[in-house]
Amino acid sequence: MKRIYFDNNATTPIHPEVFDAMLPYLKDEFGNPSSIHWAGRNTRKVIDEAREKVARLLNCDVGEIIFTSCGSEGDNLAIKGLVESKRDKGNHIITTKVEHPAVLTTCKYLAKTGFDVTFLDVDNQGMLDLDQLKKAITPKTILITIMFANNETGVIFPIEEIGRIAKEHNITFHTDAVQGVGKVPIDVKKLNIDLLTLSGHKLYAPKGVGAIYVKRGVRLVPLIHGGHQERNRRGGTENTAGIVALGKACEIAHRDMEQEIKHLTALRDRLEKGLMGKIPHARLNGHPKNRIPNTANISFEFAEGESILLNLDMKGIAASSGSACTSGTLEPSHVLVAMGVSMEASHSSVRFSLGRGNTVEDVDYVLEVLPPIVEKMRSMSPLYSAATGGAANISFTESGSCSH
Amino acid sequence: MYSEKVMDHFSNPRNVGEIENPDGVGTVGNPACGDIMKLSIKIEGDVIKDVKFKTFGCGAAIATSSMVTELVKGKHLDEAEEISNNTVADALGGLPPVKMHCSNLAADALHAAIEDYKKKHTK
Ligand SMILES: Cc1ncc(COP(=O)(O)O)c(C=O)c1O
Ligand code: FES
Repeated sequence: MKRIYFDNNATTPIHPEVFDAMLPYLKDEFGNPSSIHWAGRNTRKVIDEAREKVARLLNCDVGEIIFTSCGSEGDNLAIKGLVESKRDKGNHIITTKVEHPAVLTTCKYLAKTGFDVTFLDVDNQGMLDLDQLKKAITPKTILITIMFANNETGVIFPIEEIGRIAKEHNITFHTDAVQGVGKVPIDVKKLNIDLLTLSGHKLYAPKGVGAIYVKRGVRLVPLIHGGHQERNRRGGTENTAGIVALGKACEIAHRDMEQEIKHLTALRDRLEKGLMGKIPHARLNGHPKNRIPNTANISFEFAEGESILLNLDMKGIAASSGSACTSGTLEPSHVLVAMGVSMEASHSSVRFSLGRGNTVEDVDYVLEVLPPIVEKMRSMSPLYSAATGGAANISFTESGSCSH
Repeated sequence: MYSEKVMDHFSNPRNVGEIENPDGVGTVGNPACGDIMKLSIKIEGDVIKDVKFKTFGCGAAIATSSMVTELVKGKHLDEAEEISNNTVADALGGLPPVKMHCSNLAADALHAAIEDYKKKHTK
């Protein structure tokens, strides 16, 4: 069976060049980078080289990169580490309602421990109102943490302007750029970013490695106290193979960026136009222009997301959904809810996130396979009327014996 | 995550559709996640002669809908009334714990349809 992977915002496969680069550090090159002998010297050197490669992609200095174990650790370190170091200056944090749980849950936790948190709204295209941001700032605001690009819709926030606003008010600005790094150019200096999180497994490195950029002069209290690794900012013997992989992935992202943007934009637009053209009642979730090039989030009303995913999976196609039925908590996607997307539409949302390995044939296969799937699900749906080609007239009673 | 039996009923659902001039109809919505099922029945001499469903919901919701129609077809109303969500889930070889609520939908739609029939036919 064909296997088509359209879930690259969840995780990416490892780039073959990345795999080759990291392999020696899982085999013969095992030394502890802190050791002074031959075994440690080489691993120290390759970690320094990897740090340079990450720094080059972001346009920062090598001393401004801290390696972590994942994006979630990076977000926790940046946010908790910063607010703890600035606790005497204030207790107010500004974020948005559409952040990844790694930021959202961290902020909610801090709200329980004496911090005030403002969660900014987004409009129906997933965009921020910068006036609302400005109005939210108080003399006690110590951190603005706003994501670079949304993992569900791909919407990119106006990072440069947010950075400028933060700078004008002398507030530290952190951005969770896990979905931006490697996909679009990011220059932390130009964008006025103080702290930035990235994660290896979203840019063709393996799981288990990430990094944060910490602008020189920004103080963080460590999350992991321990040895002197990462200049005392993160204890723990370095994950040499993972760090080498991340360095290689950043080097490749830098090298191939322009070409990949073109490749992914062309495929994504072909997929999106094709699906919207072939399937009635299909609606795009998110701003049509301000987006990373690989993401399309579309609602196919009257067909439920998990059912669509299962059908796609039977055809070898991997995608994801913001439907309540796929969430485990039975809550619809908090991102789509914040955008004011109706319960019905979020229920029928499907996210396609493309990657470097995808081809025009992959897209055309989905364009062939998905319309009959949606049609089948709709023909089984009491919400859809084939006669009118739209919403059915239906009233129902709530299931009484629900255990929730 | 789903058993083979669930996937079988999901990919080849039995008795999909709506009965014309049904004797009873049950339409229920799931307060947990917002899904909806509509079940219509045809009754002859207190026996369920025909049954059809339409469901908007996840894989488990569709599979349990399909299974409940198979379980009740040809059954006496008294027997059909005994069917609970656990009966349906067991017949499918079990459901993941987070999906047990979906089987309520199928059982409730069945009971609502029977109730609807009884209400109409005692008048
Ligand atoms: C925007 C965003 N932030 C943070 C994370 C967490 O990254 P990790 O899985 O490496 O912890 C993700 C991963 O889904 C993400 O998409
Ligand atoms: S119908 Fe929503 S989880 Fe099953």
